[in-house]
Amino acid sequence: MVLIDFWNWALTALFGEVPYELSWVLGVLTGILLLVLTLLVNLAFILLADRKIWASVQLRKGPNVVGAFGLLQSFADFLKYIVKEPVVPASANKFIFLLAPIVTLTLALSAWAVIPVSEGWVVSNINVGILYLFAISSLGVYGIIMGGWASNSKYPFLGAMRTAAQMVSYEVSIGFVLITVLLWAGSLNLSEIVRQQGEHGWNLFTLLFPMAVIFLISAHAETNRPPFDLPEAESELVAGYMVEYSSTPFLLYMIG
Amino acid sequence: MENLLIEYLPILLFIGLALGLSIVLTIVPFVIAPQKPDPEKLSAYECGFNAFDDARMKFDVRFYLVAILFIIFDLEVAFLFPWAITLKETGVAGFFSMLAFLAVLTVGFIYEWKKGALEWE
Repeated sequence: MVLIDFWNWALTALFGEVPYELSWVLGVLTGILLLVLTLLVNLAFILLADRKIWASVQLRKGPNVVGAFGLLQSFADFLKYIVKEPVVPASANKFIFLLAPIVTLTLALSAWAVIPVSEGWVVSNINVGILYLFAISSLGVYGIIMGGWASNSKYPFLGAMRTAAQMVSYEVSIGFVLITVLLWAGSLNLSEIVRQQGEHGWNLFTLLFPMAVIFLISAHAETNRPPFDLPEAESELVAGYMVEYSSTPFLLYMIG
Repeated sequence: MENLLIEYLPILLFIGLALGLSIVLTIVPFVIAPQKPDPEKLSAYECGFNAFDDARMKFDVRFYLVAILFIIFDLEVAFLFPWAITLKETGVAGFFSMLAFLAVLTVGFIYEWKKGALEWE
């Protein structure tokens, strides 16, 4: 990887001979940090786009005060979350209550470890990339059910049950869509699959397009986005499993 | 073996970093944010009422059923993965043996459908 070579060169220039392992670890860590930072900044704007588009759909303006067109809204929100009082309900299981959002965000981020950004630009180019992704995204339901249960409150509990039921149901259909891709690519390695996409191009696109539509629908259901936000059901469960959360634990759930 | 483990080390680093970030984000407001807890604020949310009773109540057994069905079908999907990538090598025989397996599974699926396990009402 370029970053490992860079660290090797920089450290050698500064301190003379250094063990390759050191520059390897530094290179990988820099790569991960770059990826995570890019993801989070990207996410800030995607969240803004989400709010803006939903606002436009409902003939509202959406956030438009912080920065030009509200472009800095997400960053302002981030600062706000950090200085908010974290409320942990007296009747909650405090440890699990705080652990649940940590689990959610950790899993959501670590799924990106195998996603290739470009040729050779991947944190870990393992041969079972798809299986890893599938496993990590299946684990995501734990964070939600832990949070809902540990809150020891009725709305989060019901919301968590619903969310868990919906997430595991659509997990299966996502799996079946993945199989159609695997049949084409003949590999579980994500970089290899991307390379195959380059080779087959439009043929692959046309043949698998119906599956892409199914995947899109399942992915929306899996992540509880509208129109599948039944588990969150603002009007009856107020926000499902997130009701009792405030401050950064809530932020972690939002990002996750 | 060595190479295999080296391939997975970045993932471990990634999970470690993600975990560290999450933990730091969780701890920061406990350190810098003002905290004025009172009994009302700390009670469980119930749309303005005081909580009637404990929230660890009975829940519908059908949630449990959904989870069990998920285990069956998700395992089946995981079982299909290696079949899907080796189909070019195993050829027609591989294809039809998997079809036979899926047929058996479909019989079970139809049975549970007729039994009403998939109905919510």
